[in-house]
Amino acid sequence: MDLSAINWAVLVASLMVAATPILLAALGELVVEKAGVLNLGVEGMMILGAICGFAVAVETGSPLVGFFGAAAGGALLALVFAVLTQVLLSNQVATGLALTLFGLGISALLGQGYVGIKPPKTEKLDFGPLSDLPVVGTILFNHDYMIYFSLALVAAVWWFLRYSRGGLILRAVGENHEAAHALGYKVVVIRFAAIAFGGACAGLGGAYLSLVRVPQWTEGMTAGAGWIALAIVVFASWRAFGVLLGAYLFGGVTVLQLNLQAAGVAVPVEYLSMSPYLITILVLVIMSADRSRAALGAPASLGRSFHASN
Amino acid sequence: MKRRTLIAAAAALAMGGSAFAAGHEPLKVGFIYVGPIGDGGWTYEHDKGRLAVEAEFGDKVETVYQENVPEGADAERAMTQMALQGADLIFTTSFGYMDPTINVAAKFPDVKFEHATGYKRADNVSTYSARFYEGRAVQGIIAGHMTKTNKIGYIASFPIPEVIRGINSAYIHAKKVNPDVEFSIVWAFTWFDPAKEADAATALIEQGADVILQHTDSTAPQAAAESAGNVITFGQASDMSEYAPMPRVSSIIDDWAPYYIARTKAVMDGTWASVDTWDGIGAGMVGIGEISDAVPADVKAEAEALRDAIADGSYQPFTGPINKQDGSVWLAEGETADDGTLAGMDFYVEGLTGDIPQ
Repeated sequence: MDLSAINWAVLVASLMVAATPILLAALGELVVEKAGVLNLGVEGMMILGAICGFAVAVETGSPLVGFFGAAAGGALLALVFAVLTQVLLSNQVATGLALTLFGLGISALLGQGYVGIKPPKTEKLDFGPLSDLPVVGTILFNHDYMIYFSLALVAAVWWFLRYSRGGLILRAVGENHEAAHALGYKVVVIRFAAIAFGGACAGLGGAYLSLVRVPQWTEGMTAGAGWIALAIVVFASWRAFGVLLGAYLFGGVTVLQLNLQAAGVAVPVEYLSMSPYLITILVLVIMSADRSRAALGAPASLGRSFHASN
Repeated sequence: MKRRTLIAAAAALAMGGSAFAAGHEPLKVGFIYVGPIGDGGWTYEHDKGRLAVEAEFGDKVETVYQENVPEGADAERAMTQMALQGADLIFTTSFGYMDPTINVAAKFPDVKFEHATGYKRADNVSTYSARFYEGRAVQGIIAGHMTKTNKIGYIASFPIPEVIRGINSAYIHAKKVNPDVEFSIVWAFTWFDPAKEADAATALIEQGADVILQHTDSTAPQAAAESAGNVITFGQASDMSEYAPMPRVSSIIDDWAPYYIARTKAVMDGTWASVDTWDGIGAGMVGIGEISDAVPADVKAEAEALRDAIADGSYQPFTGPINKQDGSVWLAEGETADDGTLAGMDFYVEGLTGDIPQ
């Protein structure tokens, strides 16, 4: 087996790029689910973010503005979900699935004029001499700003949920919305905010695909990434750093298996192809099985509708 | 079983009814697509064929299509639905629709089915495919000349004969002009997943490949090659000319329009019969896209000469001596491969490394 052909530092750098769209989408969904809402429309919000970000970046010439556009697009679609499920009390599972179908359709419509166009390049941040360091420079100091943003967001979400007053209220709403309501918290308003945040994150994840990772607009380009993100939230037992681990593991094994194939490693390709799903699930299941508190991760009110008159 | 008979009977009735009203009702032609029509590759070209049918026959035809139909059980549902809606002719445009097409066709004996790239036929099921491997031979020549690292990356989709033929054809012709050339093959196990295709291209490039051939449908590998710099690619299924002159230096273009028009005409005239069509560069079903200026003039001339020799039938890309991967003789000196062997090709030729996934 010839592994010398693989440059491991470059591989780690690539896996961070491959994992970021899923990481962003899963982080958003984590916050949404912690607020007690199950939004299965991640795929739809991602793809809408992908085209919104792409279109805005192309029209303005600035990828940064594009990312804002993507967040706005994803959040807007999420708010449709919020109105339907929180105000009109529709079924969250059905509405989420509809959101995915709607997102795929409307993004194809919006994207008509953007097929075959190249987006403005998202520049890598320049850390001067740090970027030139062998190995460390390649892995840590040679990325675009979205990678650092996504990592900072992991820490921010972790801190928010664990230590901030706002996070405590959000979790209370997700655990027992009647009790939270009785305490005077505005359950629906808080859930609206969480859903919008989730949509914005999914939109950013989608835009990272269309602006950095691929980079181009193609219909249906998320190709199931939103569903992976949903699964990772569950397997990570609703913990921010679990989500980071899950996303990097999934992205990492995906990139690694392609590299192993390219290097001609004598492992049957079928096993390599299924490895990202298998390894990610295995590791996260083992991790969450270790803890007796794991079951507590699932918000008790997840997926249940709330109405103040109940 | 009873319900199935009922459905079939109802469909037969509907078909009989529409035949009765012939001359008033437009012929309904359906298309089942594996990707979105905006993929810029495989499905995009099939949809261009559909539009050509509409342009040719005007209001005498009505076309319907469904995109993103997964290969497998769900495809049967999509086809059944299309047949129940009164389609007279249905094109199923991916290899994985083979068994579903046969199953659904058995339930709707009066609906004509056309399955692309497969090998199973029935009284109301035709098969059609293009000799993409002829185009791969031209790509192989260019790739062999253009590579500086002598490492050519190949993004393969599924281990089916069509894909394996392409790999073998490209390798044989690259090796002919450059004995040091090596192929790295990555199996993506998807026809369409831009992110995965981009990752596969990136992995190959990071390991030193400076030519990327793809047998997947999106333009993502082109974008990955472009951002990497000194890497060349070829358009797959469609011209992908938005990436010319670099990285895309040429392409294989599928032109389905004449075939779709002819088969629709045959149904209208009542002359449709189950056939097996396999056309290549000569018949115009496979086109070679403009070879860009990034390719030196002599290489371009050599590639075009090969293209023309294949077109007029004076050269067959699989002409011996060719050995199989294990060293056993496949084709003796001057012998050419027969269509039967090509249609079921499940082995690499000598010199390729690695195993074909089973």
